Amino acid sequence: MAERILMKGNEAIAEAAIRAGCRHYFGYPITPQTEIAAYMAKRMPKIGGVFLQAESEIASINMVYGAAAAGMRVMTSSSSPGISLKQEGLSYIAGSDVPALVVNVQRGGPGLGGIQPSQSDYFQATKGGGHGDYRTIVLAPASVQEMASLTIKGFDLADKYLMTAMILADGTIGQMMEPITFEDAEIKTYDKPWALTGTEGKRKHNIVNSLYLKPDELEKKNFERFEKYAEIEKCEAMWEDYMMEDAEICVVAFGIASRVAKNAVAAARSEGIKVGLIRPITLWPFPNKAFEAAENVKAFISVELSMGQMIEDVRLATGCRKPVTLCNRTGGMIPSPDEILEAIRNAGKGV
Amino acid sequence: MAIVFEKPKSLTDAPFHYCPGCPHGIIHRLVAEVIDELGIDGKTIGVAPVGCAVMAYDYFTCDMIEAAHGRAPAVATGIKRCRPENVVFTYQGDGDLASIGMAETVHSAARNENITVIFVNNAIYGMTGGQMAPTSLPGQVTQTSPYGRDVNHCGWPIRVSEMLATLEGPEYVARVAVNNVKNVRNAKKAIKKAFENQIAGKGFSLVEVVSACPTNWGMTPKAALEWVESDMLPYYPIGVYKDRSAQEAK
Repeated sequence: MAERILMKGNEAIAEAAIRAGCRHYFGYPITPQTEIAAYMAKRMPKIGGVFLQAESEIASINMVYGAAAAGMRVMTSSSSPGISLKQEGLSYIAGSDVPALVVNVQRGGPGLGGIQPSQSDYFQATKGGGHGDYRTIVLAPASVQEMASLTIKGFDLADKYLMTAMILADGTIGQMMEPITFEDAEIKTYDKPWALTGTEGKRKHNIVNSLYLKPDELEKKNFERFEKYAEIEKCEAMWEDYMMEDAEICVVAFGIASRVAKNAVAAARSEGIKVGLIRPITLWPFPNKAFEAAENVKAFISVELSMGQMIEDVRLATGCRKPVTLCNRTGGMIPSPDEILEAIRNAGKGV
Repeated sequence: MAIVFEKPKSLTDAPFHYCPGCPHGIIHRLVAEVIDELGIDGKTIGVAPVGCAVMAYDYFTCDMIEAAHGRAPAVATGIKRCRPENVVFTYQGDGDLASIGMAETVHSAARNENITVIFVNNAIYGMTGGQMAPTSLPGQVTQTSPYGRDVNHCGWPIRVSEMLATLEGPEYVARVAVNNVKNVRNAKKAIKKAFENQIAGKGFSLVEVVSACPTNWGMTPKAALEWVESDMLPYYPIGVYKDRSAQEAK
């Protein structure tokens, strides 16, 4: 039986990354995720790995690009304003089909915003962020345990599909401590014949590149990449159903918002309201299947720490056939269970 | 019949896309000759920039990666930190290295990152059609300084080698030129040293190559090389600006 240990969410990401075989971390300090860098700075030199504090988020993501191209499991982490700076590199990584893990421990925005928890980078994470036609796998942990398990999952998905997997966490889960268990999961490794290793005179040179000056070639490349994305949409969506069996009202929430929402759902059940929760674990691909199964639901409530971003995907997932309302706080504020309960009661009146 | 002159083995058969009279061909050749002479083609990884040399990945036979504008030293850092046994070089122009990528340049030098940087300074943005560069000379006419570079309006050109030499970090910083046979020979020596330094684990070595851009300078190739001598080199003097090992040996 693996040991139960008490850890901060950010540290759980760092430890899980090391267990997943990541030996290269490049980052730049920003609140509220700096514990990841601090953990890596302490551990990497002891295990033959590399921690390097870059001069900027831009440099750190480009170091990740180089390391990924060299065939390594590599990661960086940051928080909202820093993730904006990494978008250039994320676009190049997407266009070059190399794998990387990027962590965003979100804080309030726009601009310098604040340092309190937020989910207002949902659009940036799930709809692209950088320039061009591409997708990012987005994983949304709701506990310290999931910070660890989704980090390991993220590395695997990145290697499997040769693209960026992003952990979209928030300041609360990053900072809070919970007991977790590191199971000795088998870490799968992938052949990387495309990697930059030096030819050793034995093969034609490998080129890692995102430039295609001939438009028909670029179009073909993009079509191929979207076939891969379609496969991911079909196979990799993850979500959790909570009290959904007979639900007529459905709360949709991810990350820390889902923790608060679960309490509200339980409280509403004790009032006799038939309510359940869908918690998307992958935000891209969005778990549309969860909504197909929820055909008896008459009203949806999207609970978010933003001005309402995921709500657009909820509407799409329901085919815009059901009413979807927003229950939200923003700027670093978190709704209380009572605020969400009130939203559930209001939705219940219309059912 | 004996072959007295041939293409370096480290260059592919792909024809260069460079303009007639452009010294990029010479500089590519010097890099390739050095790679051949050191016998390192099989373990070298090159980083191409954004700029005229963006397609350098098609020209060198070693493994190659194409970096975002200015980020080549960061990409090279990522590769080198993963694969310290490989030889990693960047090939960058003045807009790439001295404008948008200045932070990456300065900090990779300050870290004494064990990479080789070939910095081609032709005082203009070539690929985009001849705009003012951070190294364009005072008074130089470009597409975005049509009345000549006014230093009161847009500041002074940056002497990258002199600036980097003030840092404790870098091992070797030298400026060379490729405007005549003698200078080309000396340029090759500096480039070779910059690669040898890396192989010996000595650290960051940058060779600034003062080059020409006949097309965007609006000159014949011959006039452009003369302008290098008459206008570029007085502002950007040839020389070794930092050589830590040589200094320590004294």
